[in-house]
Amino acid sequence: MTGPATAATAPLVVVEDLAFGWDGVALQRGAAFTVARGAVFAILGGSGCGKSTLLRHLVGLEAPLKGRITIDGAAGAPAAAARPRFGVTFQSGALLGSLTVAENVALPLQAWSGLPLDAIGAIVASKLRLVGLDRAGDQLPGELSGGMRKRAALARAMALEPDLLFLDEPSAGLDPVTSAELDALLLVLNRQLGLTFVVVTHDLASLFAIASDCILLDRESRSIIARGDPRALRDGSPDPRVHDFLNRTPREATP
Amino acid sequence: MPTAFHVELVETSGGGREVRLDGRLTLADAGPLWAELRRLAAGAAHGQSLDFELSAVERIDGGAMALLAWLRAELHRRGVACEFRAAGPQVQRIVHLYGGDLVVARLGRRRPRGTLDQLGAATLAVLLEVQLVLAFLGEMVRSGAGLLRSPRSANWRECPATLERAGADAVPIVMLINFLVGLASAYQAAPVFKRYGADPYVADLIGISVCRELGPLMTAIVVCGRTGAAIAAELGFMQVNEEVDALRTMGLGPMRYLVLPRTLALMLAVPLLTLLADLAGLAGGLLVGVSTLDMTVRGYLNETARALRPWDVGSGIAKSVVFGLAIALIACQQGLATRGGAEAVGRRTTSAVVITLFTLILVDATATVLFRVAGL
Repeated sequence: MTGPATAATAPLVVVEDLAFGWDGVALQRGAAFTVARGAVFAILGGSGCGKSTLLRHLVGLEAPLKGRITIDGAAGAPAAAARPRFGVTFQSGALLGSLTVAENVALPLQAWSGLPLDAIGAIVASKLRLVGLDRAGDQLPGELSGGMRKRAALARAMALEPDLLFLDEPSAGLDPVTSAELDALLLVLNRQLGLTFVVVTHDLASLFAIASDCILLDRESRSIIARGDPRALRDGSPDPRVHDFLNRTPREATP
Repeated sequence: MPTAFHVELVETSGGGREVRLDGRLTLADAGPLWAELRRLAAGAAHGQSLDFELSAVERIDGGAMALLAWLRAELHRRGVACEFRAAGPQVQRIVHLYGGDLVVARLGRRRPRGTLDQLGAATLAVLLEVQLVLAFLGEMVRSGAGLLRSPRSANWRECPATLERAGADAVPIVMLINFLVGLASAYQAAPVFKRYGADPYVADLIGISVCRELGPLMTAIVVCGRTGAAIAAELGFMQVNEEVDALRTMGLGPMRYLVLPRTLALMLAVPLLTLLADLAGLAGGLLVGVSTLDMTVRGYLNETARALRPWDVGSGIAKSVVFGLAIALIACQQGLATRGGAEAVGRRTTSAVVITLFTLILVDATATVLFRVAGL
């Protein structure tokens, strides 16, 4: 029997022997890793290696070709009409364009919390304040900048107080200052609220600022070629592919 | 279901009152927590104090903290002193994160807009829309003139495709609708004409009304619903998807690349469809004439030919060219004016159809009056 102490220290996400891809063709094979509670875990890799596809499998939007994904002890994809166990933000923000920012954040609370409207309004206002959008609640997503849309998406993903958040390219398309502000926000949420983040990124500045653990996917070998603290991998990995990726070293030009 | 928290209102030694919370405060229990706190807060009056004592709180999540912080702010605004007290370090971090230790800001009041104000704003919006459509027409004419100098700069490949979608594909629905309109009109008129022994004049009525009014108008309405809406949605999506901006950066202005080919195609398609619509409408009247008015096919057709002048058909065709221009102009203008996301595309598509329908009726009525005044 698993005691409470064991459950608290057990990994939040466990991936075993995972093969995934499109139309039966595997992008990655034999992927296995765990995400510890309270970690900021980054999924890295070059373009086309399957980072975002892996994320879509982790959150249950796609079925793997092979293998098992366990999140907080429960296996399999979430049922379509069940309260989500984790929050997800997409690269574009994926806010509903016909709803205001506040209505977007209220959406999961209205669906799943059973709270009266005034309580939902109070929670939404706090979430927007937390992400620095307390004055943007009445605006439509189309009226927001890229960074504001990402923060609004983060507020929506956090609405149901999940312990785990999946973020797809949170800093893509943002200027360095906005990107750094978003990183700082993620760190506050990680340290103050104990949230666990699984982040797909290829923004190295963001990676070294926030990630405590990472995996590096490789397109050629279709496998995970590195795992660990990104700073340690950058400074000490003997694998040239890992070294080149984390140090932004260009590949040698073929004559 | 038992909750993981306990709330209690106690009198303090200083004569004040405080709400003592203990246990685990989470979003899962937010419903009963909210109801209990609202009940307790409702009893606090201006000038009193009501603190939240948190020393026995084991855990609090963001959802529960958001409710507490909101309640504190509301109490402050009602003139009730309220603070979070004695929170442990872990809980205090969350209190701070959710602004529970900040000074409560005063809410600015928005003055509701008056009826006249709203009416004025709506009128200005309509006038602005008219101005934008007219400006778009001016730009279209200027681009069209520019096209005469460099005809190859337009995307002419779009013309046949639009002509097929807006014209050939619409033939069955246009003919069916106009046949039924001709039939229904003749059926309504037949008993009245029969009563006065004027049976053959049903052919006159149907011939003139179909060719001058009903044929062009019904055809334009069908094309507006089918093609106008499709063009507005297509260009709207291209606009929000930055495809139009991409075209601009490639030196391909949307006017020449997108608007003019579609406009030309519609100015050709609508008159051609109108000719077929006229025939279908006359066929509808013919069916009623031979089946209910003791008229022969030859007799009905002879009466129609006698009643119709070439200008009756020509005026309908002339109007339909303007209808085609109006449908394309408004659909393209509304599509390219789209800003925002998917919802904005839907809104602009609806606007395109509504504005076009109004414009078609307006143009039709104006043309009819002008033709009559000119004796045409």
